Amino acid sequence: MFVSLNWLKQYVNIDNSTPEELAERITRSGIEVEGIERIAPESTNVVVGYVESCEQHPNADKLNLCQINVGTETYQIICGAPNIAQGQKIAAALPGARLPGGMKIKKAKLRGVESHGMVCSLQELGIDEKFVPKEFAEGIFVFPEDAEVGTPVAELLNLDDVILELGLTPNRADAMSMLGVAYEVAAILNKEVNLPEEAYPTSNSKAADFVQVKVEDNELNPYYGAYVIENVKIAPSPLWMRNYLMAAGIRPINNVVDITNYVLLVYGQPLHAFDYDKVATKEIVVRTANEGETMQTLDDQERTLTGDELVITNGKEPIALAGVMGGANSEVTNQTTTVLLEAAYFDSRAIRRSSKHHNLRSEASSRYEKGIDPNRVKKAGAYAARLLAEYAGGAVAEGVVEFDELDRQEKKVELDTASVNARLGTTISDDEIASILTRLQFGFEQDNSQFAVSIPTRRGDISLFEDMLEEIARIYGYDNIPYTLPEGEAFAGKLTTKQYLKRQLKQYLQGAGLMETITYSLTSKARTEMLVSPEVKEQSVHAVALKMPMSEEHSHLRISLLPELVDTLSYNVARKQDNLGYFEFGRIFLSEEEQTTEQPTETARLAGAITGTWTEQPWQQEKKPVDFYVVKGIVEGIFAQLDLEPVFQQAQVDGYHPGRTATVSHNGRAVGVVGQLHPTVQKAYDLKETYVFDLDVAYLIDQYKEEPSFRTVPRHPSVTRDIALVVDEAAHAGDIQRTIKEAGGELVQQVQIFDVYQGEHMEAGKKSIAYTVLYQDPTRTLTDEEVEASYNSIMEAVKAAHGAELRS
Amino acid sequence: MREKLEALQAEAIEKVQQADNLQALQDVRVAYLGKKGPITEVLRGMGKLSPEERPVIGELANKVREAIATALDNKKNLLEEAALNEQLQKEAIDVTLPGRPVKTGGPHLLTSIIEEVEDLFLGMGFEIKEGPEVETDYFNFEALNLPQDHPARDMQDTFYITDHLLLRTQTSPVQARTMREYNGDKAIKMICPGIVYRRDSDDATHSHQFTQIEGLLIDKNVRMSDLKGVLLEFSRKLFGADREIRLRPSFFPFTEPSVEVDVTCKVCDGKGCNVCKHTGWIEILGAGMVHSNVLRMSGYDPEEYSGFAFGMGVERIAMLKYGVDDIRHFYTNDVRFLSQYHKA
Ligand SMILES: [Zn+2]
Repeated sequence: MFVSLNWLKQYVNIDNSTPEELAERITRSGIEVEGIERIAPESTNVVVGYVESCEQHPNADKLNLCQINVGTETYQIICGAPNIAQGQKIAAALPGARLPGGMKIKKAKLRGVESHGMVCSLQELGIDEKFVPKEFAEGIFVFPEDAEVGTPVAELLNLDDVILELGLTPNRADAMSMLGVAYEVAAILNKEVNLPEEAYPTSNSKAADFVQVKVEDNELNPYYGAYVIENVKIAPSPLWMRNYLMAAGIRPINNVVDITNYVLLVYGQPLHAFDYDKVATKEIVVRTANEGETMQTLDDQERTLTGDELVITNGKEPIALAGVMGGANSEVTNQTTTVLLEAAYFDSRAIRRSSKHHNLRSEASSRYEKGIDPNRVKKAGAYAARLLAEYAGGAVAEGVVEFDELDRQEKKVELDTASVNARLGTTISDDEIASILTRLQFGFEQDNSQFAVSIPTRRGDISLFEDMLEEIARIYGYDNIPYTLPEGEAFAGKLTTKQYLKRQLKQYLQGAGLMETITYSLTSKARTEMLVSPEVKEQSVHAVALKMPMSEEHSHLRISLLPELVDTLSYNVARKQDNLGYFEFGRIFLSEEEQTTEQPTETARLAGAITGTWTEQPWQQEKKPVDFYVVKGIVEGIFAQLDLEPVFQQAQVDGYHPGRTATVSHNGRAVGVVGQLHPTVQKAYDLKETYVFDLDVAYLIDQYKEEPSFRTVPRHPSVTRDIALVVDEAAHAGDIQRTIKEAGGELVQQVQIFDVYQGEHMEAGKKSIAYTVLYQDPTRTLTDEEVEASYNSIMEAVKAAHGAELRS
Repeated sequence: MREKLEALQAEAIEKVQQADNLQALQDVRVAYLGKKGPITEVLRGMGKLSPEERPVIGELANKVREAIATALDNKKNLLEEAALNEQLQKEAIDVTLPGRPVKTGGPHLLTSIIEEVEDLFLGMGFEIKEGPEVETDYFNFEALNLPQDHPARDMQDTFYITDHLLLRTQTSPVQARTMREYNGDKAIKMICPGIVYRRDSDDATHSHQFTQIEGLLIDKNVRMSDLKGVLLEFSRKLFGADREIRLRPSFFPFTEPSVEVDVTCKVCDGKGCNVCKHTGWIEILGAGMVHSNVLRMSGYDPEEYSGFAFGMGVERIAMLKYGVDDIRHFYTNDVRFLSQYHKA
């Protein structure tokens, strides 16, 4: 909402505040002033001039040589505007003048002829091109004949005005009008509001002879009033009105349309003027549209109605989309002589539906949508009739043809001083509350500290105690509320174990050299089918699709972190960053339904991706690229952080290198994957060798068992035995390791691989793997016999399970 | 015999002096003190001597042996020390060459801010709650006093999945869920950090995904002055001990009164600059007293309980605190951006 301060002054006295002070006070009390604009702060020495003569420039076809009388003197000015003519009153910028934008006017020679100034367009005087009346858009502005020669144009064109731009929250629909703003400012400054005079003279005609009004739905349209104004002469509206409209961001059109817009801005009440003769049927019928019905709106758009809209008809066909926009078939034009003026109350929901469906927002619809004041409908209609009589030469027929079932009752809110103070933490007195209510111009009855407040209908946002609490607090001033701390019972704030472990795992990965990333949860459909962890895929889950995505790129919720994470690597590699290690701790979204209808399962995953060099020391020519075992080591570390043991199993997984990939499981449950990306995937992402991991971290964190007690340091010595085995080269070291551990019995604390060998001195197709087995019992020293017995059962087991022989 | 022994001593010591490595020295030791050496030989010939001469020569032979041994040991020490020095010299390195880099990663800037805010509120006795990102229309809107057809409810801003499922547009549904969980008869002190979504085209100041932290305190007799006190303490801890805050009236459907909270600009110390648009203040939070409709819908009796809620955008806080100029930086994860905010 743009508020012209010159206009506002007519309703409330703001003389004692600068615009900046006023803006600050408005902002601090409830409505944010988003901007303060001066229309043309610099236009000086621009005055009304009379064009005494206007001839073609001797040396240029498109220039005119004009003699401009400014009262005291006549200036020769060359002007290129096509619409300049002898006898006009125009804006003459004289030598020494400054125009908005910094232009200085000096004497000049144009094609050999002297020019002592410039004739100005409205744009040149600082008016936004969007709001300049169409007839002056391509040339200079022409003043009405009564403009006095020599008057500074700043005065006549309201160029000294200051415009406040209000950012209105949805509850403050009351401030979508000059009067609403006046009430607000009056409350803040503790002033009175001067209301406009609405009474109008009437002719001998009777409105009821011209038209009948029928309303089909009294809920969607509880009030409809029709005024008839005859003998209207279409012309430009008075200059002051055009100035205010332009200041408010509305382009002036003609006196009738301008008056309806002007009244809309004063009262916040939308009005509509029909050409009575074009309505043709002497009848107004308000009804819901028929499905498939068409009409052309004033913006020349052909609209097909859905059946949800409210339409104004002449009994046969729609002549306006109610509360949104008029129809082209009943538009006021230069030929119009009789105007049918509509002042109506439409329900906000109905207007919101039409405006949303047709994607059509107007000054009218934006006010109806948020709710208008039921007590201003008739006042606004009357005021418009008065202005039509005064500025369009109209004769207003007696009476208003009405349908009226509108509820105009004021709501009551009860409050007491103690409750107000208890909720705000203040010590406001009864008198202060009474004074605040008076400043707000809310009616009230007071019984000591009890108040029964009548809420004016212009404040549709207030209906509860806390609404009044806000009114009192904002006028009292939030700065005057003290700072206290809650007095309730004190809690001990603490991370839950899961929250703590999440932080712990992130810290571990950072320590391991990985950088944390956060990527978008919304991804493309194609990416929901890529790099999905096998145990997720097995659940036959579906990615959740948005109903109306903004782009294909962000149309589905991810079911794997990796596609976006790998994309992040790709993005950085493309920017010459070759050595990267990233991880993300984030959610995936799994739906059991192909067409999601229920909330999907949201579960935390922990994924990482590494490419390029892992360790490097350039001057020692040492450069080790990341490999499978680096990433596996990181994953083992994640398990170690949670006191869990992973099991890795060679696996073929879509998108992964077939020989360098393992699934990860814990206690027989698959929990993720670790491996190299398949070379074709690497190529698609423009990456070199890249290793990734992807774990069901939600499950893993759930498995963590808090160790309540301290584990004693063993006091009895441990015994180690080395076992070197010869096995087929396809055998998996980890499988054998597991067999050793299982067969060795309880005394085996640890089995480690210390050597893997293949080549010279080995039979073809065989390899040797050497393990160190650590035996220990924390309570006693072990005997040679029991270690020997365990060793023997290990050898039997590895032979049986893996065909392993002792290396000689 | 005496002469022979003295000559042997002189000769052996001469040889010891000449030995220039440990092996040569060992050879001297074997040659003179070995079982087949000349001194042993002299001792073996002692039987031919008279009983008077025997002890005298024996003593002399032992003296000679000791003198040679001492010379050998001294020389050995000298040679070993020289050898060690030589080895140490060979082992010398160029200490000005660069060290081996230790690879470290780091947290995402948003995580740093979230954890900092979490720790501040944990310190004030709040707990941390989470909730689903795919929410029902009920929890995202209706339970927060935004019924269907409410003017503040702009469908354009929401990613819908079905008519009743959507991507949460705020973390407030976690508050509504927590209030239900607490059953209407317990005090609540919680914050809920989380990812939220809006139908916005991504540009320097808009992102279709962003992060919020909201907080809720419900108890008997909670006052608006408590909200001011808690937010002042929070702002000073996060932005600096000399910060001030101010409240401006605003509108949120789930709070009434609703306010916007500004903190004094740290760039200009409240004097006015480009960052704060010459107001001296920077908006950091939305807040307010929990609306009675919200309390009632979640099972709390507004006659008995009251509370306040507040919410902030984590990206905005990060942008203000670290001068980040484009919200997209948080999601492109450019390593040159990420590594700026921790020592790598
Ligand atoms: Zn500043």
